[in-house]
Amino acid sequence: MASDHDPRQSGDGTAASPVGLALFWVYVALYGGFMALVLVRPDLLSLRPFGGVNLAIVSGMGLIAAAFGLAVVYMILRAGR
Amino acid sequence: MIHQTSFVAVAIFAAFVLGVLALSFWLGRKGQSASGYYAAHGQIHWFVNGIAFAGDYLSAASFLGICGMIAFSGYDGFLYSIGFLAGWIVALFVIAEPIKALGKFTFADALDSRFNSRGIKLAVAISTLVVSVFYLIPQMVGAGSLIKPLLGLPHEAGVILVGVTVTLIVVTAGMVSTTWVQFIKGSLLVFFCGVLTVLILGRGLAVNAGRSGDENLSPQVKTVKPDGTVLVDGVPQSKDHDLRPVGTIRRLPERFGDAQSTGPLGPLAYLSALEDSTIVTWSGKKHVDADGSHTTYSPVEKRGSDLLKPGGYFKGLTTGKLADRLDFASLMLALFCGTASLPHILIRYYTVKDAAAARKSTVVGIAAIGVFYVLTLFLGLGAMTSGGLDPTDTNMAAPLLAKSFSDTLFAVISAIAFTTVLGTVSGLIMAGSGAVAHDLVENVFGVQMNDHEKIRVGKLAAVGLGIVAMALGILFRNFNVSFLVGWAFNIAASANLPALVMLLFWPRTTRQGIIAAVTVGMMASLAWILLSADTFEKVYGLPREMALTPFSQPGLVTIPLGFLVLVVVSLLTPPPTALPTSRR
Repeated sequence: MASDHDPRQSGDGTAASPVGLALFWVYVALYGGFMALVLVRPDLLSLRPFGGVNLAIVSGMGLIAAAFGLAVVYMILRAGR
Repeated sequence: MIHQTSFVAVAIFAAFVLGVLALSFWLGRKGQSASGYYAAHGQIHWFVNGIAFAGDYLSAASFLGICGMIAFSGYDGFLYSIGFLAGWIVALFVIAEPIKALGKFTFADALDSRFNSRGIKLAVAISTLVVSVFYLIPQMVGAGSLIKPLLGLPHEAGVILVGVTVTLIVVTAGMVSTTWVQFIKGSLLVFFCGVLTVLILGRGLAVNAGRSGDENLSPQVKTVKPDGTVLVDGVPQSKDHDLRPVGTIRRLPERFGDAQSTGPLGPLAYLSALEDSTIVTWSGKKHVDADGSHTTYSPVEKRGSDLLKPGGYFKGLTTGKLADRLDFASLMLALFCGTASLPHILIRYYTVKDAAAARKSTVVGIAAIGVFYVLTLFLGLGAMTSGGLDPTDTNMAAPLLAKSFSDTLFAVISAIAFTTVLGTVSGLIMAGSGAVAHDLVENVFGVQMNDHEKIRVGKLAAVGLGIVAMALGILFRNFNVSFLVGWAFNIAASANLPALVMLLFWPRTTRQGIIAAVTVGMMASLAWILLSADTFEKVYGLPREMALTPFSQPGLVTIPLGFLVLVVVSLLTPPPTALPTSRR
């Protein structure tokens, strides 16, 4: 049954932006992938492919950096709105 | 352990508290409107709000709890850091701008913006209070932990001191003073954690840090007799006969030869050297008999590479037990979903002028919070190898790390940690006060109030919440604060997120659907927690095997349950009709 309002179409600022949602799913994939690794193959996180620091730390730091990077991208793409 | 009280610590601590109170009274000297009290007139600059987000969010759990968990269990504490930060992605990309457009003073305003329903306001007000109270507990426990070494006062004194100070902050100038206290706290916390990290890297790693010879590795036994007397290894505890501080490096990597210290290291070299070192960690095992409770603290030599991978705290990640893995997955889901559902975080969006400011302040918040969480790894590992850990109190790891550098730094860090508690608790009490005065009294019970009365009721509610917070902080004194805050995230994510997300993305969402989702999500997550193994063991003192839930963290079940309930109830009830614009 159809409703008489659609918040996604409202244009009154009460909807999340498509750009934001796309970036959200990018991060969900990164976070989900990391957690899947922790849950299913935690042994892989002991590998040390980068300068003697193991994958657990590199990927954890990477997730934090990715959050900030995506936030900056979002701010640039939404500048002036 | 009995900690020495220093005059410097008392002076810095007093200066912090008096400074914060003076600021609050100064900000509160002008007459107030309800909009000013609850939302700082929506005039806070986005950068200030962004740092205040950090001040609001970086709670005792983040600072004391995560550092303590890393110091005693290794990498797993950092998983909390990752989860806590990830939650801000939901806040920025999904929630920030819509919630600013939908709400006015409280989270209930936003959820009810399209329905004008008393039922929604009632359900959301109760959920706000429950989440705030669960989040208050770890903050107050953290305050109690800090006061013992800082001022030499008992746990209860720290809890009461925080409760009274925060209540004064909130009742003087409401959201305005709360914002500035959080801004100052956020700035100081990130800055001084940066200073500590620089000092850690400058010191590098050393064998048997803080000792003239090898660490004494004989077990230590603390006994608390039924009459309250404390014994250490069978002798009454005193300043001259106390538990030994712990946490040292046994061997450095071979590449350092016979050197007992690495000297200054860069961040990556520090982590790499630690991975190749051998470290002595301590853990306690408690048993109770007719003579009292006996906790034996025993050392274990571990390779750094084992401490820097998952599984030190979340044992199920290495043992392969399915229930333990689900427990971990559930916690990580709750941390991801919970941030954007915390009422005290959401109400900060009402303090800026528009959606663009809400967005920009979230980005600033993510930057400050992200930097802090990167630093927690170094702080925790620095504490682990500082030789100064208190084996009885994981929450004291960060302040005691500072003490390993100097007593003055210890005083400063303890005072900042205390301010950390003040900033977060004031935000929680603001959220709870708004839920009582604005949502319950005004909107649910229909009490017509002028501006002055709205503020007075809000202040009375703040006093009541302050008293509740103090009582709970005393009751839950022996819990790790990160562990406790996980409960609050689970309840917030289960009760609030499904309703908020579906309101934004599914036009068929109905008033009844929102009420049902909030109520079921909250009750289910609460019931799950109360029936879980962790609660049986740590709260009721019963065997874990008696628990009625398969794992302790509810989010994996109760968050999807909230969505499901909302969809089913919405489909079973008439579709919503639009409110006139004036009522939105």
